[in-house]
Amino acid sequence: MRKISLSNLDKAFALIAENAKLYIPVDGKGGASFKLWQEGVKMSDALNTVRSAKDFFFPQMETLMEFKTEGKNIEIIDNRQEKEDFVVFGVRACDVKSFEILDRVFLSEPVDSYYASRREKGVIVSLACGRPSETCFCKTFGIDAANPAGDITAWKTETDLYLLANTEKGEKLLSAISSITEDCDGKAVEEQKKQISAIMEKLPLSNVTTEKFGAGKTKEYFDSPAWDELSSHCLGCGTCTFVCPTCQCYDIKDFKTNEGVQRFRCWDSCMYSDFTLMAHGNSRASQKERFRQRFMHKLVYYPDNNDGMFSCVGCGRCLTKCPISMNIVKVMKTLGGKEND
Amino acid sequence: MQKITREVLIAKAEELLSNGTVSKVLGLKKGEFSYDQTPAVFTDIESMKKDFVFDDFSGANFSKYLIKETKKGEGKTLVFLKPCDTYSFNQLLTEHRFDREKVYVVGIACDGMVDIKKIKNAFGDGIVSVDATTDTLKVETLYDGVKEIAKAEVLAERCRNCKSKKHVAYDELIGEDGEVISSNRFDQVDELEKMTADERFAFWQNELSRCIRCNACRDVCPACTCEKCVFDNPNSGVQNKAAANSFEEQMFHIIRAFHVAGRCTDCGECSRVCPQQIPLHLLNRKFIKDINGFYGDYQAGEEVGNRAPLVNYTKEDLEPSEAVNKGDK
Repeated sequence: MRKISLSNLDKAFALIAENAKLYIPVDGKGGASFKLWQEGVKMSDALNTVRSAKDFFFPQMETLMEFKTEGKNIEIIDNRQEKEDFVVFGVRACDVKSFEILDRVFLSEPVDSYYASRREKGVIVSLACGRPSETCFCKTFGIDAANPAGDITAWKTETDLYLLANTEKGEKLLSAISSITEDCDGKAVEEQKKQISAIMEKLPLSNVTTEKFGAGKTKEYFDSPAWDELSSHCLGCGTCTFVCPTCQCYDIKDFKTNEGVQRFRCWDSCMYSDFTLMAHGNSRASQKERFRQRFMHKLVYYPDNNDGMFSCVGCGRCLTKCPISMNIVKVMKTLGGKEND
Repeated sequence: MQKITREVLIAKAEELLSNGTVSKVLGLKKGEFSYDQTPAVFTDIESMKKDFVFDDFSGANFSKYLIKETKKGEGKTLVFLKPCDTYSFNQLLTEHRFDREKVYVVGIACDGMVDIKKIKNAFGDGIVSVDATTDTLKVETLYDGVKEIAKAEVLAERCRNCKSKKHVAYDELIGEDGEVISSNRFDQVDELEKMTADERFAFWQNELSRCIRCNACRDVCPACTCEKCVFDNPNSGVQNKAAANSFEEQMFHIIRAFHVAGRCTDCGECSRVCPQQIPLHLLNRKFIKDINGFYGDYQAGEEVGNRAPLVNYTKEDLEPSEAVNKGDK
């Protein structure tokens, strides 16, 4: 394990930024967001960013290719720009876990090469959560806020930042800043881990369990009468899906110009009335069906297809941002019954 | 002013449910924390006593829900409306969006609602509970024990600039009605007007660049009640789920502001629900201020059936050229 004094953090950032684009969470209007580090940019103390870190690998909008037409010829242009390495610093345990969930979708055959190349070029430095929020429930999904995954795991104390490499990429990055870090024992980190674990037990949502959910539960919940009330006041907006680190649905569209066609993809939301719209109309005609889709996907369908893994990481963003404060915790408690109360 | 409490409202609901005036109650259900209340329909008093909640976090505007609620079943829906909600209520009636006969409105006085975001700005994440029974809020935090903060400091932005304590629609009132009050709600618009065009453009670009196109502002807006929004309609040619560039977001919000101009009551729901805290209400207020300046003071929703200046014609109306010049000032 290596450590660096917080007063030297900017030097470390500068060293990293020599070889790669470095993104860190930065405070701004509306909350924290990942921004490109430059001299003078200060790291946010916020627990989490408003938007999740999935944006780095699965951006809200990206051009896939362009078509240029000349007479009867069509030229296909691959205008991908992801050639540079980049480092994302300060990703929380929940968001790091979300990459694993997205990987299973985008990296299984047929591999999504856009996503894959970003995953290859990206280095993740995670950061343990010193002060989890009342809306956090990552423990429900087996995530340890005190010991996040990632290429490097970092722990921040009052005075120092402790760093431990977990992968080759991580080792490489740590060696790039070895001149300003020093070897250390893990005492302070162990102490912090204990503190965080104690807080996690105390959190108001610490008793939410996944016991009642998972693969094979479609029949049990699909026709539950509870969906009516749960979804009755859903506005049908896309807030929950767009702040969610694991929502992965997208749409592909063509933007036509006089010179040709720009084919882009963008996030889509199962909450929208035109989601998966087909020639015959929308297969989910009511908001109840759309609402049910989102939560069944997280709690049943995804586990069905992914060895029981859930596609929620308990980051709590939807709890904070939903305009009507309806969310996955309320769904789990209502459907799951007493055990979840 | 009578303090409106959960108990007062439950007693009123019990009276109206048991004497058959209403068959259901549209209200808020308590959540996991002190502040995360969800709209719900109650059909019996027992479920209300169990789950119904009303306190300083009960800021949601219920008027728009009446469109859907009044189409369900027989009987009247009881709804408790704050003064600002009643303007949206009237505006929706003006636009024939629901049947007035199917609603029973109890007007409730309001001394402003608090914004959990402001409490979190003051004390950080980890808010275990908030006791908002007096003008000094007691906030229990995970990390710093119990903290106190004056309600005035964490009032929702729209309540800070409350325009009216008067109910413009109700079947009965709990307590006495208030008055239309003078507010400073156009101060920020004045500031924007004083900017140069470039500064103003930069201001909005900075704000709107955070938009994630979740449509929450539109979906919560009582003035946005089209059966099918043009932005959701693949045949419209402008439907788009993401912006191709940052200017497109501005188009979305500006078009929306134009569409609700003259109908927006300035209820502030758009800014309340924005996950990116974009001050969308300022766009609407600019339109309201301009309409007031061009055609004389006009408050959408003040009376049912009012013809809004933008859909009315009088010989005294401004010529477009005059409007342009006035707008410049």
